[in-house]
Amino acid sequence: MQCAGEENWVDSRTVYIGHKEPPPGADAFIQQRFPDNRVVSSKYTFWNFIPKNMFEQFRRVANFYFLIIFLVQLIIDTPTSPVTSGLPLFFVIIVTAIKQGYEDWLRHKADKAVNQCPVSVIQRGKKIKKESFRITVGDVVFVKEDETFACDLILLSSSRDDGTCFVTTASLDGESSHKTYYAVQDTKAFRTEEEVDSIHATIECEQPQPDLYKFVGRINIYMDNEAVARPLGSENVLLRGATLKNTEFIYAVAIYTGMETKMALNYQSKSQKRSAVEKSMNSYLVVYLCILISKALINTVLKYIWQADPNKDEPWYNERTEAQRQRHILIRAFTDFLAFMVLFNYIIPVSMYVTVEMQKFLGSYFIMWDDDMYDEELGEGAVVNTSDLNEELGQVEYVFTDKTGTLTENNMEFIECCVDGHVYVPDAICNGQVLSGAAAMDMIDTSPGPGGREREELFFRALCLCHTVQVKEEETVDGIKHGIHQGKSASFYISSSPDEVALVEGMKKLGFTYLRLKDGQMEILNREDEIERFELLEVLSFDSVRRRMSVIVRAASGDIFLFCKGADSSILPRVISGKVDEVKARVEHNAVEGLRTLCVAYRPLSPEQHQEVCRLLSGAKLALQDRDKRLSEAYELVEKDLILLGATAVEDRLQEQAADTIESLHKAGMKVWVLTGDKMETAAATCYASRLFRRNTQILELTTKRVEEQNLHDVLFDLSRTVLRHHGSMTRDNCSSLSNDCTDYGLIIDGATLSAVMRPPQEDLNSGSYKEIFLEICRNCSAVLCCRMAPLQKAQIVKMIKASKEHPITLAIGDGANDVSMILEAHVGIGIMGKEGRQAVRNSDYAIPKFKHLKKMLLVHGHYYYIRISELVQYFFYKNVCFIFPQFLYQFFCGFSQQPLYDTAYLTLYNISFTSLPILVYSLMEQHINMDILKKDPSLYKDVAKNSLLRWPTFIYWTVLGVYNAIVMFFGTYFLFDNTTFTSNGQMFGNWTFGTLVFTVLVFTVTFKLVLDTHYWTWINHFVIWGSLVFFVLFSLLWGGIIWPFLNYQRMYYVFMQMLSSGPAWLSIILLITASLLPDVVKKVIWRALWPTITERIQSADKLYKGQLSEFTPLASLHAPSKAGGRRRGSENQSNPRRSAAFSKKLMFTRWQRKPDYCTFTPLLRFVDGHSPHHNAYGGAEPETCV
Amino acid sequence: MMASSYNAKEEDGHHSGSSSHGGPGAIKSKKPDNTAFKQQRLPAWQPILTAGTVLPAFFVIGLIFIPIGIGLFVTSNNIKEFEIDYTGVEIDSPCYICAKNFSWNSTTSCVCSVNFTLDQPFESNVYMYYGLSNFYQNHRRYVKSRDDSQLNGVESNLKQPSKECEPYRTSDGLPIAPCGAIANSLFNDTLELFHINQNGTKQRVNVTKKGIAWWTDKHVKFRNPGGSSNLSVAFQGTAKPVNWRKAVYDLDPEDPENNGFINEDFIVWMRTAALPTFRKLYRIIQKKPNSTPTLSSGRYVMEITYNYPVLSFDGRKRMILSTISWMGGKNPFLGIAYITVGSICFFLGVVLLVIHHKYDTRTNSAEIPN
Repeated sequence: MQCAGEENWVDSRTVYIGHKEPPPGADAFIQQRFPDNRVVSSKYTFWNFIPKNMFEQFRRVANFYFLIIFLVQLIIDTPTSPVTSGLPLFFVIIVTAIKQGYEDWLRHKADKAVNQCPVSVIQRGKKIKKESFRITVGDVVFVKEDETFACDLILLSSSRDDGTCFVTTASLDGESSHKTYYAVQDTKAFRTEEEVDSIHATIECEQPQPDLYKFVGRINIYMDNEAVARPLGSENVLLRGATLKNTEFIYAVAIYTGMETKMALNYQSKSQKRSAVEKSMNSYLVVYLCILISKALINTVLKYIWQADPNKDEPWYNERTEAQRQRHILIRAFTDFLAFMVLFNYIIPVSMYVTVEMQKFLGSYFIMWDDDMYDEELGEGAVVNTSDLNEELGQVEYVFTDKTGTLTENNMEFIECCVDGHVYVPDAICNGQVLSGAAAMDMIDTSPGPGGREREELFFRALCLCHTVQVKEEETVDGIKHGIHQGKSASFYISSSPDEVALVEGMKKLGFTYLRLKDGQMEILNREDEIERFELLEVLSFDSVRRRMSVIVRAASGDIFLFCKGADSSILPRVISGKVDEVKARVEHNAVEGLRTLCVAYRPLSPEQHQEVCRLLSGAKLALQDRDKRLSEAYELVEKDLILLGATAVEDRLQEQAADTIESLHKAGMKVWVLTGDKMETAAATCYASRLFRRNTQILELTTKRVEEQNLHDVLFDLSRTVLRHHGSMTRDNCSSLSNDCTDYGLIIDGATLSAVMRPPQEDLNSGSYKEIFLEICRNCSAVLCCRMAPLQKAQIVKMIKASKEHPITLAIGDGANDVSMILEAHVGIGIMGKEGRQAVRNSDYAIPKFKHLKKMLLVHGHYYYIRISELVQYFFYKNVCFIFPQFLYQFFCGFSQQPLYDTAYLTLYNISFTSLPILVYSLMEQHINMDILKKDPSLYKDVAKNSLLRWPTFIYWTVLGVYNAIVMFFGTYFLFDNTTFTSNGQMFGNWTFGTLVFTVLVFTVTFKLVLDTHYWTWINHFVIWGSLVFFVLFSLLWGGIIWPFLNYQRMYYVFMQMLSSGPAWLSIILLITASLLPDVVKKVIWRALWPTITERIQSADKLYKGQLSEFTPLASLHAPSKAGGRRRGSENQSNPRRSAAFSKKLMFTRWQRKPDYCTFTPLLRFVDGHSPHHNAYGGAEPETCV
Repeated sequence: MMASSYNAKEEDGHHSGSSSHGGPGAIKSKKPDNTAFKQQRLPAWQPILTAGTVLPAFFVIGLIFIPIGIGLFVTSNNIKEFEIDYTGVEIDSPCYICAKNFSWNSTTSCVCSVNFTLDQPFESNVYMYYGLSNFYQNHRRYVKSRDDSQLNGVESNLKQPSKECEPYRTSDGLPIAPCGAIANSLFNDTLELFHINQNGTKQRVNVTKKGIAWWTDKHVKFRNPGGSSNLSVAFQGTAKPVNWRKAVYDLDPEDPENNGFINEDFIVWMRTAALPTFRKLYRIIQKKPNSTPTLSSGRYVMEITYNYPVLSFDGRKRMILSTISWMGGKNPFLGIAYITVGSICFFLGVVLLVIHHKYDTRTNSAEIPN
């Protein structure tokens, strides 16, 4: 009875249906405790909100740092009041808390709505309405059509006679197709409340798991004191969140509730990805922290040296209090150190974090709003799941793309089938047309011999039966039959695999129509319009490891067949007879053409064999542990001794502009890897079609076939030698840009070989270095195709590249559940809103409707956001150096007494209001180059590659500029104040005027610095930049204009006005601003003139042609060898071809250039001079070839 | 990060199963608005800094700055300034004895006189400053050691001075008014200027002590406590700062408008200097109505009531006489700086011109790839 009694039960739970004890003799009744069905997605409760939220917020290093500074200010006597750092900090904390609180309140509301929605539960033979959260494990639930399941359920019975129900899981994985679920066979007859209540059974199942598509369990039904055990699989489980469709009602029993439902388990936050910019920002922070500490240390030491003389320490006019005198010297020194820290702490501003976060958050809206990334068909635009990575889109070096559904449309079209070497083309038969491709082969033979005819029909039947396609009915059950009969498309096929739909539809064209599955009978309308019925005995479902699926059916005649279809590599080895060679030849031919091929085979089963098969399968299905493993073992045993019938070919069209996109990515210096589960030939053909490989690409193969011939070691070394020799010769001969010989390499590797390469090193010989050699080869290939990949292998590859020594930024793009692992692994994961559900989209950082949108995403948005945020980060550090360094210098003139140079209000507001908005607006609006040009000329992307704007030299330049400005501002003011007056009435100014003058110059200088850097002046920029300056002036007037009653000091009273009333103050403000900005302007101008980057060239050219540049397709002519002058700016491996005669000499100094792409190379000026434009410019779309 | 949490919220919507998705209305609303702002296509001015565009600016700056600089320099040079150090460090200095014998407790003040000669007459108003060196008025402990509310005449602060004033807050249990280190160290030398006529007689030079402090300070920021005209009553119950010789209501007994907290010498002192070497306005010698110079050239004597000790911290005391132009006192810095920056701009303009001609044109147009 207890067929699996010996198994280990630790990881399982027992559910007592209707909370009834099992009859004596069975397992002891142990009431397990399960959580109720309350779903809690909220993070906080009313009571713990403040402590928990504060704790969460202060866990961030930056916030903690500011809290410490604030506490130090509270505890010790510091130069600035705690308000200066407390106010911004608490502003940030409170705003964040309010935001999070509001979001949590929304979650609470949603939770409440969910938890309190009424559900019908059967108790003592009656339906009782309960609030959803009161459902407990074991309750029998009654669900009506269009209701959503409140917890994970096991289907007991439904209103349909066959015990099935239809469910849509749109909110779980986005698949809107109706999926069929099955009731437990022994309970499907219980259809009223009383009957259901009389069920006496227990369910044993695994503990909750997040995998939506996996479930193992077993139901023990006690009837007449005899227990029957039935297996339960995922086809019996109705998941919370799914909706009942096309079924009047069902009864089901709750097995997982509340937070243990599969959906809740899946609902978890992803690990935080951090962008390269954030990493450089953090390293800059460390540098600034070091600067801060060293500044404080230097000042503390100098202070004590200076104070060694008691007359300086305590002159008669400035004595300490007794308490201060009593303090121990070490405590005093430490306090002084802390005080200096506090004085200089503004060098790391709170507002930087806020601004960066706002920039990312607000900036991501531009991606979502982008009209170009909106797909009419899907009715969706781009989705941003994480705005943290906006700038990372501008840093991508490796693109890993899935093939099916990503490069291709995943819109399958049945092209042909081949039975025993005879080729059938639906169109050719229907329309009398002969396809040229097929014509080259021998036959389109519609009249094979009588034996052939039989096999042909068997083949068609096989395809009609061997699938998991559902028929979606238009209206009523009667309607379909009618509809199909009339030849109208009143019904259509739905399947999670588009290939299957294509096949079944193809069969329809060839005369065999699959009607429906009813009561375990599959109905087929054959060529003679007769309905054939086959009893569906078993479905050996598809999985990506076996790469095949089978059905076992019993024909009306009583014969039992196993039909199997799958990839040729998984079918052919199991074939014992059939015209293998012909079919294989055709399959290979089709694969080369880029078609997806499947082989179809069958195996007649004798009743005894069938018994055996049933035993094997049910044994495996009942297993609670390792069910998958056992099942696949069973499948392995069943699917053998096959007889080959034929093969099919399905075409998957390339997505619109896929080739153009790939080409752009290549030009932008990215390496594109295609990772696919498809077979090599198909994938390679797609790669050619999408111009991942070009005609002149030299293909290197690293495949099982080749490895079988030589051993892996030799192949690897061979390849690396080829690649490196090539590379070496390139550097030596400089490979004149005119020559055509410079080929690039494309590598093809398959899954098996890859796992051999990745295998941890063995002890013998030097196999440990395989991975390095492989990486070395990959680095020198512009395109890599990995075929036959398992999902996990995809992630492995991404991980491997991520870990390679350059630590390149990777991007993974895919549409299916099999791409999720790689999407999660890559630095940036992009989901395509494809046909295979929403899992990729849900797990991605960004989601776009089509592959072509990647181009704008990376080339335009990525580029912009990188430029914007890098300026933002650099500028923030710069303006705080300008801000704090004068204060540091001032310490040398005030006896290292921590006297602040600026007034408290200025210290507080500098970063919050005087200088924050312009940079924020800059970082949202800046467009250094026109969007269209960025799209037209992908190589501009290289200008920002490898974090080029946040490298140390740039950072040091900004810092030095900041220090220079600080010195100019401080000493300029110092000499102006130097022991004289600069008012016309002889009155003197004090230290606060000194600070205000420096501060005024400071605010204007840093704002004007941004003015110089802004290339894109919209009215918003004007408003914000001039607005902040006006605000500063108005604020200063107001702040100094009133005796503020709440302040115990009035040091700023009339200081600003008095300063402005002095002519020399105005003059010195103008002078100091000019002197501060001068070097930066000169540097910019001279660099632009002498060593322009490509970006700057394009800007100039755009200016020259008054913004019309984007209309001239070729921009390559602007890519002068910017390194010719001996300077190397921008990208390292600039490989754009130039053939300017004037520069041919200089070209000799540049590195090897790749083969010129003539079509990209229409000279710009010839066009301008009036010659007709080239028509084959690369922008002109070449036909999107589909092989 | 924020966006992610917002999306989490959306997922919650699905969570509840109550959110509507897929409706045609929902699809329509997802289509982004085709506005210039949302599509990042706002009309914009796109200037580029090139040698060509910056060139004229540099020349213009050069051409404007150099004349301004020359003007400032000439103005500064025309200002007459006379400075004399009367600290009394050297033995031959007239105030040597006063400086050496200084004691806080002495009741009689030491007087010394310094002779000097003005070579040139001082036209227009002459401003008389005292200057201190090595005196850290900008020391933090010093700067904050005051009570602005007390100085503004707030009664409660008069009796309860701010803690910031420590250790100059109370004296013998009585609150000090004005409290704090700044007030305590008020400069209390008296400087008197005499012109020595041809016949050898001393003629006092008339000085005014009004207008040496900021108008706003005198009239708004500083106020005497209490409404009563009798200051000694108003300050009853307070002590004078320990280093003062007279109480705050005796600072200028002759002029009630210049007594107490609104004494201008006091106000001037209370505005802490920015740097350790500073000068403060002491008196103004008004221009005479007739055309005679304010201070004619000749011999003068300055009589000093030497009260203020600076030797202990290596300080120096100076008396400065200076005329003033629209740009203030003598300070060649601004003029020189303007000339320098102007010249640099001009020079850079020339450099850029060369660069522009040699490179800029080439990069923009001469580059014709065949």
